[in-house]
Amino acid sequence: MNADTQLAVPKGPFKAADAGESAGHPHGVRATARIRATYNGRVTTLPQMHSDGPFHLRRMRTGGRGATVGIIGAMSAPLGGDRLALDITAEDRAELEVTTAAATLALRGPTTAPATYDVRLTAGEGASLRWLPRPLISAAGSNLHQTCTVDLAATARLLLREEQLLGRADEKSGHLVSRIRVHRAGRPLLDQHTAYGDPEPGWDGPALLDGHRAVGQLLLVEPEMDAEHDPVLLRNGTHDGCAVLAPLAGGPALLATAVAPTSSALRELLDEALAHALGA
Amino acid sequence: MSRTALLLLADGRFPAGGHAHSGGVEAAIAHTSVHDLDSLEAFCRGRLHTTGLTTAGLAAAAAAGCDPLLLDDAADARTPVPALRAVARRLGRQMMRAARATFPSPELDRVAAARPRGAHQPVVQGLAARAAGLAPVDAARAAAYESVGGPTTAAVRLLSLDPLGASRLLARLSTEIDAVALAAADAADRVATEGLGALPSASAPLLDITAQQHAAWTVRLFAS
Repeated sequence: MNADTQLAVPKGPFKAADAGESAGHPHGVRATARIRATYNGRVTTLPQMHSDGPFHLRRMRTGGRGATVGIIGAMSAPLGGDRLALDITAEDRAELEVTTAAATLALRGPTTAPATYDVRLTAGEGASLRWLPRPLISAAGSNLHQTCTVDLAATARLLLREEQLLGRADEKSGHLVSRIRVHRAGRPLLDQHTAYGDPEPGWDGPALLDGHRAVGQLLLVEPEMDAEHDPVLLRNGTHDGCAVLAPLAGGPALLATAVAPTSSALRELLDEALAHALGA
Repeated sequence: MSRTALLLLADGRFPAGGHAHSGGVEAAIAHTSVHDLDSLEAFCRGRLHTTGLTTAGLAAAAAAGCDPLLLDDAADARTPVPALRAVARRLGRQMMRAARATFPSPELDRVAAARPRGAHQPVVQGLAARAAGLAPVDAARAAAYESVGGPTTAAVRLLSLDPLGASRLLARLSTEIDAVALAAADAADRVATEGLGALPSASAPLLDITAQQHAAWTVRLFAS
């Protein structure tokens, strides 16, 4: 009886530790990093900088009234089963730019379950938010569900760039599912869902990518933009990559959509699109 | 009501103007990415699971009684290039005329008055299905079928493909068309609890880019 009691005692904490580990390991990392920028009447300050899991946040040195935050990858992520989130807010009149120091590499994890990566961007009245991460690479065997949810006040400005590379050099694409939803003053501005890699039907065919392995978007929301913009076509063929820059229906916004054979060709198209957008 | 109404609504001869549009296949043929029945099937499969799913969701939601003007905004947010928005509204206007004559309803009249330049075509198609007494999944099926039927017919003309092979292609896609229609109707069902974000927004980058390129052509056989 005494022996039973002794045996029973260590079971409690052992079980708890076991449960804690199973939440962290076989099922992946759970992490939410948060950045909140405010304007104090003179400059933008960062009252919240919460690093978590693979996201190490660092304030970059800048002049002027804006703030720039770099996200440095502190571990290899996302792997299958990970649950990652980034919550970025520029409050009224704050100017915030957020970048990542390196490409984000989605890799096959210990499970074939999808990893999730949810980015939430919020910009208040008169705020300016720039989200310019390095490309996301969907490595062979990886499975990632990504969302980007943007909520803009009527007078907020936004610049967002997303680049996706399907597979590292000459390998098969992983499975990459993304959705971007942008609301401005409570109304829908952009809602797009893309799904690439096996087992998505038709993903590599002539309607979607036609063999291209780099795809990206650039979104500029600028309340003071002139109402009328003619669409700009970059490259008229499709084989070496091509892009279109065009106004959205629901507000003063331009969206560039680009596909290209390589990441450098994609960046070139998006840079050209940005030059047109800013010059327009 | 009569299921035959679905055949009427999905018939290529329904006078809604669809025959003048290639669903992007004319541009894909010009870029030589569609050149035979196999590449046409790949094109259609990609279009069905992107544009087809998205339009089927909008049509199902309109047929289920969701606010058509909010659906029209949702369709705008899902159509990032002006060329495709213009096509969707022009086709919506033409379908509105045919639908009001065929299945008169006060709901169609209200949307026609609120969007005189045309609401997005799948929204009108869903309202027409509703006026005909069809279920949301029927509206979704008509939209999904049209998303591949249009390009297939256009490609037969543009490439002089074997029409029997094209018909076989559509038959091969039919179980996928059914699955897309069911997924779209299921999403429309969830709008009541989850909002319009429950509706699919599947998109295809090359369809968007090449539609805008095609709109700038001076000589073309199809309007889109």
